[in-house]
Amino acid sequence: MNTLTKSEAPISSTQQPRPVLEVVEVTIRYGEKPAINKVSLSIPQHRITAIIGPSGCGKSTLLRAFNRMNDFIPNVKMEGQILYMGSDIYVREVDPVEVRRRIGMVFQKPNPFPKSIFQNVAWGPSINGFTRNLEARVEQSLRRAALWEEVNDRLHESALALSGGQQQRLCIARALAMEPDVILMDEPCSALDPVSTARIEDLMFELKERYTIVIVTHNMQQAARVSNLTAFLENGSLVEFGETDQVFTRPRNKRTEEYVTGRFG
Amino acid sequence: MKSDRLRRRHATAKIFRLLCAAVAWAGVVILAVLLFHVTREGIRWLDFQFLTEFPSRFPEQAGIKSALWGTVWLITLTAAISIPVGVAAAIYLEEFSPKNRLSQLIEVNIGNLAGVPSIVYGILGLVLFVRFLALGRSVLAGSLTMTLLILPVIIIAAREALRAVPDSIRQAAFALGATRWQAVRAQVLPVALPGILTGVILALSRAIGETAPLVMIGALTYVAFVPEGPMDAFTALPIQIFNWASRPQEDFHQLAAAGIIVLLVTLLLMNATAVWIRQRAERTGR
Repeated sequence: MNTLTKSEAPISSTQQPRPVLEVVEVTIRYGEKPAINKVSLSIPQHRITAIIGPSGCGKSTLLRAFNRMNDFIPNVKMEGQILYMGSDIYVREVDPVEVRRRIGMVFQKPNPFPKSIFQNVAWGPSINGFTRNLEARVEQSLRRAALWEEVNDRLHESALALSGGQQQRLCIARALAMEPDVILMDEPCSALDPVSTARIEDLMFELKERYTIVIVTHNMQQAARVSNLTAFLENGSLVEFGETDQVFTRPRNKRTEEYVTGRFG
Repeated sequence: MKSDRLRRRHATAKIFRLLCAAVAWAGVVILAVLLFHVTREGIRWLDFQFLTEFPSRFPEQAGIKSALWGTVWLITLTAAISIPVGVAAAIYLEEFSPKNRLSQLIEVNIGNLAGVPSIVYGILGLVLFVRFLALGRSVLAGSLTMTLLILPVIIIAAREALRAVPDSIRQAAFALGATRWQAVRAQVLPVALPGILTGVILALSRAIGETAPLVMIGALTYVAFVPEGPMDAFTALPIQIFNWASRPQEDFHQLAAAGIIVLLVTLLLMNATAVWIRQRAERTGR
């Protein structure tokens, strides 16, 4: 497992982008039982990194550790370090609120606030003190989330009137409005139909120009389609981490091969 | 054979449905009989003068002005004290406090307090507010006693309403860099508001009909003035009704019935307001 990052082939011809998030020997426990066991990996900038693995393998737990969303779950204990731009986000001086401003998140089920479309996008910036040019910021975010054309004539109508796929793109726009560096996506398409899923996948391609994306998915085709790098987790341990092409076509580990070819999971 | 059994199943379902309907209607019928009885007795006395006159020894001249205004004062003050305290307590318990043994203990205790007989709150109010804090037999002392009485109900109802807010809304707010208070104030509370309001109005409806604690803290039974401030003595509708009903003359019994009508109409107006506020909140929430 130590050989994983070392033997990675370079991504395209350019040099390896610098890591935005580094996970160092992280163990996360719910009570006694470890959900994540000594995982180390680094997430490069402006790439899409997919975390795959069978249900209950700890994918979401790991993802939620990146923006300290596990803080809200009682009895969660973490060992090891998670570095964001080189600094540990779990030391006492770091305010988790600050972390979440820079590392946005999109959830499994679309969860817009029961308010207007505009308010959904504008709320994040406004509570964080970005109140100037709010309209422009909302428009820009909705454009980047490929939703503007569909909703620009009804910005002040309820977000709950949108379709599931539109709601999820609204949630992406809401995260983008904070101008984060990283966007974490926790199975963002699992509640959507194939057409909406394709739209979100297209969107992810565009977004990686500006943002670093980490996506948890149980859908292996999705990981193969959208991601540059893939991490395969099983029972809380990192089995394999490398370029997506390599992980899917020439997996080094037997378990990875069995999983990506659909023999279990 | 088979259709026989099917028929029996349908028969059972029908019997059960009729039984449920009978039980449901029983309550309505009893209420209707009561209302009819009260209305027949009291309607004769119910006129504008009844609302604008003070109580009197002479039934023809008696009115409920002081009791009506006393109740308005009492409920307004009670609402002003109990709603902020109760909702804030519920927000703390549900959104901020760690879930441990202590919070469980507090939860069980609040549940118990909701079941304590109102006379006990009356005794507490007498000792604590009337005597120890020397508020006297004032509207304020009465409101504080009523606040004690309905706080558990408000807290429990508000907690239920907060708990019913999907956690995904909190998560979404936190993920945008909201503090706990920002998430609660801007996102959780508006969703919970209709439920909280329902609980508050139900609690206040209980307070408006309570007699025992007021008798205990010594609210007056014969008052020929309208309270002008929170420190004034007062009487309230249920006390006035109780007073009239306990007199021997038939005329006063009818006056009591008229008072009951006024109390019921007030209650109805309060509940209607609650429904209206709730529907409006739900509409703007969508």
